[in-house]
Amino acid sequence: MTLSPANEALAAEIIGWFPRPRSALIPLLHLAQAQDGYLTDEAMRRVGELVGATPAEVKGTAGFYEMFRFEPVGTYLVNVCTNISCLLWGGEELLEHACESLDVEVGGTTDDGMFTVEEAECVAACTEAPCLQVNYRYRGRVSPADFDRLIEDLRAGRTSIAGHGVLAQVRQSIPADRLAGVVPPEQAREAPVWLARNEAGASG
Amino acid sequence: MGAPSATGGYLAPLPDRSAGAGYLQHAPGYVLNDGPKLITGRFVHEDSFTLERSVATGGYEGLRAALEMTPAAVHDEVRAATLLGRGGAGFPAGVKWGFLPPGKRPYYLVVNGDESEPGTYKDRLLMERDPHQLIEGCLIACYALGLQQCFLYVRGEMALAQERIAAALNDAYEAGYVGREICGSDFSVDIVMAWGAGAYIVGEETALIESLEGRRGMPRLKPPYFPAAVGLYGQPTIVNNVETLSNLPWLMVNGSEAYKGHGSESSPGTRMFAVSGHLRRPGVYEVEHGVTTFRELIYGDNFCRGIRDGNELKMFIPGGGSAPWFFEDHLDLPLEARPVGAAGSMLGSGAIVIMDDTTDAVRAAWRVVKFFARESCGKCTPCREGTTWLEQILRRILDGEGRPSDIDLLLDIGDNISPGPYPVAAHDGAEAVPFPPRQTTICPLGPSAVAPVVSTIRRFRHEYEAKITRRDPIPIEVVPVGAAR
Repeated sequence: MTLSPANEALAAEIIGWFPRPRSALIPLLHLAQAQDGYLTDEAMRRVGELVGATPAEVKGTAGFYEMFRFEPVGTYLVNVCTNISCLLWGGEELLEHACESLDVEVGGTTDDGMFTVEEAECVAACTEAPCLQVNYRYRGRVSPADFDRLIEDLRAGRTSIAGHGVLAQVRQSIPADRLAGVVPPEQAREAPVWLARNEAGASG
Repeated sequence: MGAPSATGGYLAPLPDRSAGAGYLQHAPGYVLNDGPKLITGRFVHEDSFTLERSVATGGYEGLRAALEMTPAAVHDEVRAATLLGRGGAGFPAGVKWGFLPPGKRPYYLVVNGDESEPGTYKDRLLMERDPHQLIEGCLIACYALGLQQCFLYVRGEMALAQERIAAALNDAYEAGYVGREICGSDFSVDIVMAWGAGAYIVGEETALIESLEGRRGMPRLKPPYFPAAVGLYGQPTIVNNVETLSNLPWLMVNGSEAYKGHGSESSPGTRMFAVSGHLRRPGVYEVEHGVTTFRELIYGDNFCRGIRDGNELKMFIPGGGSAPWFFEDHLDLPLEARPVGAAGSMLGSGAIVIMDDTTDAVRAAWRVVKFFARESCGKCTPCREGTTWLEQILRRILDGEGRPSDIDLLLDIGDNISPGPYPVAAHDGAEAVPFPPRQTTICPLGPSAVAPVVSTIRRFRHEYEAKITRRDPIPIEVVPVGAAR
């Protein structure tokens, strides 16, 4: 679907924080992915209209980034790291176990649409090897038994992890009277006022 | 997949995670020891990320101190402290700031929080555990340089860091620390969080700027070499690492003299190192910069306490996945850029990966190369093609399909990405080749993929040879087109 009214309002706010609308492209694609779980053609077209990009430019940009999906994935995207630090503590075996116990190939989704398993590159939790992320939330030093318990908990709904697409559960929001003011570069040629303190040489 | 790895895997018990080992349950990976704490001082508090805790423990005092000084004096203080960039290149921040060309306003500050170098994680902890310290650092930099817009770019996969920074920015705006007329002064700046969507190469500063402009994150052609000349929207732009900026509040409160009281003369202050791999106590440590040695960090009681199960060290990566590998002869080098560079590697992003004598060198090298092959953006042919071929040849060697000519082939592909002698550690009478490598590519990603290959072939050629079982195919005679038969 296209963007919901609530997300349209959020999109307008986010665009207002950047000197050029196109800079809001990736944040708005995340907004669309949080709404639908993946990027629909309608949502991408709307985001393109909002930031002044053609549908081809939007898809061409989104396709560069691994996190954007053009087809539905499982409610929980399980990214198992196998990069060097995790390899040393059994990351590949953990990935193999994950695939076996969920009966999927790497990149596959379970029949019930609950889980997609992916092989991930380093997610910056290297001392916690082997580690994984569920919808980009960390679990460290995961043994096969830990993995099975995690899956059981997720199936039973014992989790605070939101569905795929949702990242931060707090959004930035700037009160209008606190915003210093965002303008395109052409309208910001003057040196800011506080630099006059350098000439004055005195403390402010 | 298939055959079990020769790297220990699950057969080895995982390291001790009990609270007594120095780990904090609320900050997994960080180890609390009695070392100096210039930037991790608040980590001990469970609520270190809140404005209340930050302000109660000296938060925003560095900003107030800066506002008492002229902007130029703040810049001088950072220059005097020789604060080295913590992102990988180790360039002095005060000098970088000086590259902004006069009269070409506006200037922008872009914070590089796209931490994704294999083995590295300290920026993530700084963003998750102390976002206000980072915000304060951004404010100090913007005040010193006269910047009115700051973009804080967080890696896409770091949902918690995004959440903590968004919440911290909301509180800081509300409390008057960010935005219009900060702390009632004439200083105003907006800080906006942007976040990525999964691409290692966006950590390269010009690729990050492309991404921030809403495009594919591909590095820009050089020159210009520094975004300080041409950056975001074609304007002069300072790109600083999260850890670099997180040092500024302490520096402003305590001054450059006190800052230089830590670390070595050429590398002052402290630095965070993520030390992972086959250790008894892997962890992220804040250590004295430039004076602590690899040996102390790996074997010291205050740090990692040695290799697991009493095993021997086989090799280690001193500075993230892009760094050539080191061996036991390098343990006594200090954690300082110059000697590490001269010895044939780099300190890079503060990531040290330890591999014990159960590790299969070819397999470990293959995994790092596979990363670069997957993350190559595809802009430069030597990198796009070369990393893929390196990965496939290493894979076939591991699968028992390797040919005797493969070792030379690997080195030849490496030479096409990075011509000439490649940085490598001294071994067996052969001298070290100092860092950095030369490159036929726009950015260092391609040359980085050569590091594990050259490092392991030089030291463990016999392991490659032992895996190579097939003979070379019989060469086919090529008849030139149109030649008489």
